[in-house]
Amino acid sequence: MAVVLTESGAFTIAAKDGLYVSAADAETVTGWALKPEGMCRDELCVPLASAARRGGAVDLAAFWRKLGNPVVSDRGGEVWVLGTGAESRADALAGLAAPDFSLPDLDGEMHTLSALRGKKVFLTTWASW
Amino acid sequence: MWQDLHESLKTENFTVLAVAEDSGGVEVARPWIEAASPSYPCLIDVDHRLAALYGMVNVPQGVWIDEEGRIVRPPETAGYTDHFRRMDPVTRALPPEAAAARAAVRAAYMDAVRDWVRTGRHALDPAVARAKLPEITPEKALADANFRLGIWLRRAGREEEAMEFLAEASRLHPDSWNFWRQAADKNETGLAAGPEFWERVSALGDRAYYPQPDLPGF
Repeated sequence: MAVVLTESGAFTIAAKDGLYVSAADAETVTGWALKPEGMCRDELCVPLASAARRGGAVDLAAFWRKLGNPVVSDRGGEVWVLGTGAESRADALAGLAAPDFSLPDLDGEMHTLSALRGKKVFLTTWASW
Repeated sequence: MWQDLHESLKTENFTVLAVAEDSGGVEVARPWIEAASPSYPCLIDVDHRLAALYGMVNVPQGVWIDEEGRIVRPPETAGYTDHFRRMDPVTRALPPEAAAARAAVRAAYMDAVRDWVRTGRHALDPAVARAKLPEITPEKALADANFRLGIWLRRAGREEEAMEFLAEASRLHPDSWNFWRQAADKNETGLAAGPEFWERVSALGDRAYYPQPDLPGF
């Protein structure tokens, strides 16, 4: 089993030989579906190298890197981060639409930035350290 | 710290949204939030997700977002200054004139926020705002991924392995004080402000720890 951390959360899925996972798990974790032409989302398909496809399994790390995103794993290959590439981050900011997020307060209640649309927001960070 | 600002603008169409960049989570943030007892939302960001999304490198940084959800001032230092660098290393006292200057800057920043909320002033033109956006490099994106893994490992009790990834995050993105201080050893007051911190600050030389925004009074 492997833990995969993405922008949308943490997923525990079956994996072998690094991050070869079932097509179903790949789609759950990334939103991209395995098809004959490659990994597809909406109208877009990204071809997979033949080594990245084994039986019904997909090398999710190789696919994620091919998209231009960083991938990092722990020493044992059990915990993986599928990160977001610089280009995606920069593009999201360049339009000046404030990137949306949902985070919990002390009581665990989630708050979403976009729910404040219609108000001016002073978004600020702090830390205990 | 923002309660007075939020209160003074409570009849306006405005809110403060404060986010703790704190991998220790609710338990480390709780005493601070309860002491401040704010009437605005205070959120906890264990993974420093906000910093990754907005390219933030220190606290406190502020982003001004208008009614349409547009960034009108990208991340910038929110009312803090480098006067702390003149602190007496033993007594932690600040020379009185430095303390006064620091207070004046903080007040000027609060005034600028109030001015923006009431009049729209200080909102930047899109081209200017865009030019002030932090540059996101592949190294920084990789640093974010390393940091995320390091924090996950630390929370799983795998501190030694965690430190490898947290150190790699700092190596890839050395300008992030968030990364470095979150990983660093804490001093007796719970702050990552031990000798190594002061060495890093000294190494800045003429560069600012808290770069100042381009606003009136700065």
